[in-house]
Amino acid sequence: MNATVAALTSRSLLGRNRTLVLLLLPLALLALCVLARVLAGLDADIERELDGSLAPDLLGSFGIATLMPLLGLIAGTGSIGPEIDEGSIVYLLAKPLNRHTIVVTKLLVAIGVVTAFGVLPIAVAGIVLTGEVGTVTLAFAAGAFGAGVAYSALFLLLAVITRNAVVIGLIYALIWESLVGAVVPGAQTLSVQQWSLAVVQRSLGDEAERVGLEAAVGFGTGLVLLAVVSVIATVYAGKRLQTLRLNDET
Amino acid sequence: MSTVELHKVSRWYGNVVAVNDVTMHLGPGVTGLLGPNGAGKSTLINMMAGFLAPSAGTVTLDGRPLYRDPEIYREVGLVPEREEMYDAVSGWRFVLANAKLHKLPDPEDAARRAIATVEMAQAQARDIRTYSKGMKQRIKMATAIVHDPQVLLLDEPFNGMDPRQRLHLMELLHRLGDEGRTILFSSHILEEVEQIAGRIEVMVSGRHAASGDFREIRRLMTQRPHQFTIRSSDDRALASAIIAEPSTSGVELVVDASGGSVVQIQATDYSAFIHALPQLTSRHGIRLLEVRPADESLESVFSYLVAR
Repeated sequence: MNATVAALTSRSLLGRNRTLVLLLLPLALLALCVLARVLAGLDADIERELDGSLAPDLLGSFGIATLMPLLGLIAGTGSIGPEIDEGSIVYLLAKPLNRHTIVVTKLLVAIGVVTAFGVLPIAVAGIVLTGEVGTVTLAFAAGAFGAGVAYSALFLLLAVITRNAVVIGLIYALIWESLVGAVVPGAQTLSVQQWSLAVVQRSLGDEAERVGLEAAVGFGTGLVLLAVVSVIATVYAGKRLQTLRLNDET
Repeated sequence: MSTVELHKVSRWYGNVVAVNDVTMHLGPGVTGLLGPNGAGKSTLINMMAGFLAPSAGTVTLDGRPLYRDPEIYREVGLVPEREEMYDAVSGWRFVLANAKLHKLPDPEDAARRAIATVEMAQAQARDIRTYSKGMKQRIKMATAIVHDPQVLLLDEPFNGMDPRQRLHLMELLHRLGDEGRTILFSSHILEEVEQIAGRIEVMVSGRHAASGDFREIRRLMTQRPHQFTIRSSDDRALASAIIAEPSTSGVELVVDASGGSVVQIQATDYSAFIHALPQLTSRHGIRLLEVRPADESLESVFSYLVAR
């Protein structure tokens, strides 16, 4: 961890209007939850739904399946991609700094961003929907955190190895996880979303069955895969940064 | 005192050879790396800055290989060609961040001194994105010298600078070179290079075309064969008079269908020829109507040096 790298990274990640863009998605989630809460106050059917599976459905499909991959993509690629594209990464690389330190620092900043703009809003949404800091809220916050770490690490690696990181990341998050994952059951085992849902499922305990939540992989597998993918992606990103070509012009 | 040594260095990208068998020795003082665009200057600087592995040969700093060794940056400062920096921070913060990244004992003091050296103190509080090209260039320079490096590599540092800023940077490079630092800067403009560099290395099409003192390079460049096309009041008489001149090596009288003509001349010594021509024509009573040097791009001038 290097404080100067962290400061430069967070300035470029949160600089200018980017904070506003980052706020859009969590605000949409919270608005939806407040709306559900208000409607529940007016209609007993909706209130029953909310006590049943509506809260986990919302937190799962909007929070973990949509908010977290998109934030991970913005924070993960954004923490290093623009610097590589513009060439300003040279100011970090032309320093007596370990390349792994640079990557780990940037990953920590990205995790900080997904926590602030993803995990915390999901926790707040859980409280709004369920009316308490209960199992559902904590389970989804834990799952969201796991997803946030893995997405950030994966997308940071993508930004180091390719200039098309955002497109590839979007294809992974939207097409592989959502579309292919929904049709081809095997694809779900290779999905950050399912690994983090496994964490949610375990944290919910008996509640999981009642609300109909079932991850494609078991808790142990999910947790191990989240950790292994995050670590390997980070180590490999550091290795690739050691040999990063600044420009291909002759 | 640091020296950068390139020994039989080549670098290729797939089938394209960017740098071809270059051997170079850079010692204290200012060296200019001269060559047209695409000659391999940036590739060479990238290898000297440790960002690119040579495909063959070795690049070393005081005997240590430069590639993939972050520790070399304690001694090497780099001014990249590209302009982009962290533009959402002020010049002061950026130079200070660079000093901190070098883990200097007193980063504030180092940043203050570097900014004073490039005369940016009055604009240091402004965000980098509000700077002009020349100001950005100076802040880039400050980040490169903030840790007082022994070796300074600058890729096209004069690009986009106005004459006053150019002069200022030239003075600064002079001073740093006189202090015993090893400084290399690239440029595609001979006049720029000869004003500051004690030594010039010429690159053409990836090859090390010439090397030496700027007077030597200047002589090579001005004394190469030059082509002139001349129209005069009596082309045939002019042609016969010119071939007698020792500064020429060939004359052709080109007559077109309508009977009009021009004289094409190959001069071996540019300056001797342009001095001899008016004397010769007045001696023979010939009036010059048009003297046109063949259009010579920088590339063709450099190519001559390679073919030599």
